[in-house]
Amino acid sequence: MKFGVVTFPGSNGDYDACHAAADAIGQECVYLWHKDHDLKGCDVIVLPGGFSYGDYLRPGAIARFSPIMNEVVAHAKRGAPVLAICNGFQVACEAGLLPGALLRNASLRFVSRLVTMRVENDSSMFTHEYYKGQILSVPVAHGDGRYTADPDVVARLEGEGRVAFRYSSTGGDISDEDNINGSVNGIAGIINAAGNVLGMMPHPERAVDPVIGSTDGLGVFHSLLDGVPA
Amino acid sequence: MQLYRVPVQIIPRPGILDPQGAAVAGALRSLGFNTIADIRVGRFITVDVNAASAADATSAVRSMCEKLLANPVIEDFVLEEPTLQQGGQS
Repeated sequence: MKFGVVTFPGSNGDYDACHAAADAIGQECVYLWHKDHDLKGCDVIVLPGGFSYGDYLRPGAIARFSPIMNEVVAHAKRGAPVLAICNGFQVACEAGLLPGALLRNASLRFVSRLVTMRVENDSSMFTHEYYKGQILSVPVAHGDGRYTADPDVVARLEGEGRVAFRYSSTGGDISDEDNINGSVNGIAGIINAAGNVLGMMPHPERAVDPVIGSTDGLGVFHSLLDGVPA
Repeated sequence: MQLYRVPVQIIPRPGILDPQGAAVAGALRSLGFNTIADIRVGRFITVDVNAASAADATSAVRSMCEKLLANPVIEDFVLEEPTLQQGGQS
């Protein structure tokens, strides 16, 4: 399986994403420059974390018009996987690949630490190696992670099982206290209607090695690699 | 063609929590401005645009807002009246 990680000016999670794909699960991984138009035959596209274009105007607002995004959107429309992490999630929302938007954290503070989140969907191509209710420990590092969408959009996401992850306590409880950024319903990650785009604020690619404190992000990569069981 | 300046206000949509506005309101109340009911913090952009008329200038900037300058999921925008600037292309 070939991974392609898009590098925008200001991306900083691109090396971590390639480390996860290449070193943690042993797959081919290439970097895709934002000005290129070629996805180089990649099966999975990763929109990585960072501060593309300095977060000017709104996070992701300018990156979403990068030349390569035409190809990324076409790739997603074909049903091929797009993993959008942190700033990548913001870019994917701005590009219309996912509904809603990410706003400034309710605390107004940048949050950079390990958080716990609960697996809500265990059947998607990104999450089928987890079990529903599983508690994961994964790092976050963002200032604009408060997921927001119109109430009818949120109701659809919830009703269709498209909330992938929710911030929780280590025991799996959902409360305002554990909702690190004030996201609606504590949403940490969502999946598009077709099931092939995952956007999440936490960084699974930074939780693939015991030496950095957690391997709980590996499930996302193994899920993609192994494919959804028939 | 003439040069017009079109000011644009971009503000969080009603119902969208604006923690920045709330923080600013709290600071002003602590300074004794007790009459504040609410504060919303947005963004103010001026766009200088070459256009045949003020209406064309407004129309062009409206398109810019719809495509990039505002995100309709979270923001509303208000276009102010264009003002003629010196130095337009003829």
